[in-house]
Amino acid sequence: MNPVSKNVAQMRIKHPKFYKFINTLSEQKYLQVMAILGLIWMFIFCYMPMYGLLIAFKDYNIVKPVSEAPWVGFEHFIRFFQSEDFPRVMRNTIAISSLKLIIGFPLPIIFALFLNELTSLKFKKVVQTISYLPHFISWVVLGGILLSWLADTGIVNQILVKLGILKEPIFFIAKPEYFWGITVVSDIWKELGWRSIIYIAAIASINQELYEAAEIDGAGRFRKMWHVTLPGISITIAILFILQSGGLLQSNFDQIFVLRNSLNFETSDVINIYVYRMGIRTGRHAFATAVGFFQSVVALALLLITNWASKKLSGTALF
Amino acid sequence: MVGIRRKKFDTFNLFNTIIMLLICFLTLYPIYYTLIMSLNDGKDAMQGGIYWWPRKFTLDNYAAVFKNTAIFNAFMITIARTLITTTLHVFFTAMVAYAYSKKHLIARNFYLAIGTITLFFSGGLIPTYLLMKDLGLLDNFLIYVFPGMFSFYNLLIITSFYRTLPEAMEESAKIDGANDFIIFIRIILPLCKPVLATIALFVGVANWNDYFTGVIYIRDPQLRPIQTFLYQIIAETNTSSEMMQAMPAEMKATMGITPESVKMATMIVTTAPIVFIYPFLQKYFVKGMMIGSIKG
Repeated sequence: MNPVSKNVAQMRIKHPKFYKFINTLSEQKYLQVMAILGLIWMFIFCYMPMYGLLIAFKDYNIVKPVSEAPWVGFEHFIRFFQSEDFPRVMRNTIAISSLKLIIGFPLPIIFALFLNELTSLKFKKVVQTISYLPHFISWVVLGGILLSWLADTGIVNQILVKLGILKEPIFFIAKPEYFWGITVVSDIWKELGWRSIIYIAAIASINQELYEAAEIDGAGRFRKMWHVTLPGISITIAILFILQSGGLLQSNFDQIFVLRNSLNFETSDVINIYVYRMGIRTGRHAFATAVGFFQSVVALALLLITNWASKKLSGTALF
Repeated sequence: MVGIRRKKFDTFNLFNTIIMLLICFLTLYPIYYTLIMSLNDGKDAMQGGIYWWPRKFTLDNYAAVFKNTAIFNAFMITIARTLITTTLHVFFTAMVAYAYSKKHLIARNFYLAIGTITLFFSGGLIPTYLLMKDLGLLDNFLIYVFPGMFSFYNLLIITSFYRTLPEAMEESAKIDGANDFIIFIRIILPLCKPVLATIALFVGVANWNDYFTGVIYIRDPQLRPIQTFLYQIIAETNTSSEMMQAMPAEMKATMGITPESVKMATMIVTTAPIVFIYPFLQKYFVKGMMIGSIKG
């Protein structure tokens, strides 16, 4: 017996647990390599930016590494809260998200309910395929369409003037008072069908016997919708509601970034865009990081609160 | 009695069908309108009044798109980044998912916890930007590839698919002496086509449609994807004149093209591949959405 294997044999007797561990590890060495590659990716592209969040509390200068920058505590946060930008970006962010929640959230549910009532399966399929389509169109293309439609010579003004609703064409995209409406309507246009998928599937999984029982009790179409279908998908609705309310401080960056301009600035400047403007355009990295950090902390807190509230009220929760 | 119920039934159906047709019309018309504008003479279109079909039909706008070297180059960048990143993403995420799905994997809970945190919290725009800068990914094609090659959310979707696979096949391969990586490549990947097609569609569309990466990390016009190029035409007026300058001189003189009409044609060409591919993958992604939403 050579000395090495003698050593191993001794170890096996002295530290059986450790030996077993080493043994399992060598058995799964390929799996471990695969697992660690994933870990490395997450370390670089998720955790290093999280470490970079430290500059929110520092007087950071791009020429020096993060660790050498002096601490300034909550100075950037306080400056943001006291700035004249704060009320504007908060108002715009919350207003757009709330409108999307109040108007945009129930529509896919109603759409799914009505789609479910279609008697022709073929027609139903066609409607579904068409309604998913806009989800796959980029915000740049949709933004391009919107900008040319809403221009003063665009088709919307042509029709409104022709019908006599407007006397003069309005340059919609340049008027702050229309921006929230444009955002909400275009969001619904793009995602109505897509967001209904989940409800359609939930409706399909409702036990058919419940409908038969309701029918025997004399329930009509709308009573069945109200008393069978809606309760049947209430858990799905609750979960999606939690997720969307958790995003109250998040805006759809891709959308607003295309539609905003210097003329509608007063209503289109949301937190995401503000972070971009301050951090990338103006180069105030530490300040913009603090604003972004504030946003993600509030978002996380909102998610936890809505989740907790939903658990208390309806017994449904994400985690 | 029966007659009355039947009549009510029909009224609702009629109403419902009309609503659905209206929704379909409202969904398709903006896309159709862009199509007819792209097929119409640009100078003629400026007079307005085109609603249902092209008034002065022409393919010049498309000719202008395909002969414009800047647009052509941007298309190549988009195709390259979409193919490379989607392939890598699907393969890499499925591979890591395979390892994390094994219950006996040492430190499995640690890996899963590290991943779960990334679902709820991130460094945000500026720290990410500074990191990419430090990694030398500014003005580098790899900015499209590395940050987009993995997602823990997609890992969870794939994992839930793995749970439905029979274990017996892996066992027999193991007895034949295959290691875990070989098993993953030869047995697991081919079995997972439905879920991988779903992920590939989502990641592919996201890459195809992404314009912001190009806006923020790329200065070199040669590395601009088509969506970034379109964004710059739409949002920054100087790019449209740049686009017109890139046209061959004789085209500008003889054809009725305008920046607006070329923009329409570019938007159609950009959107067409997705519109043609997605109906064929519909059955996959509906299933994929389900798994994803159940996982949370």
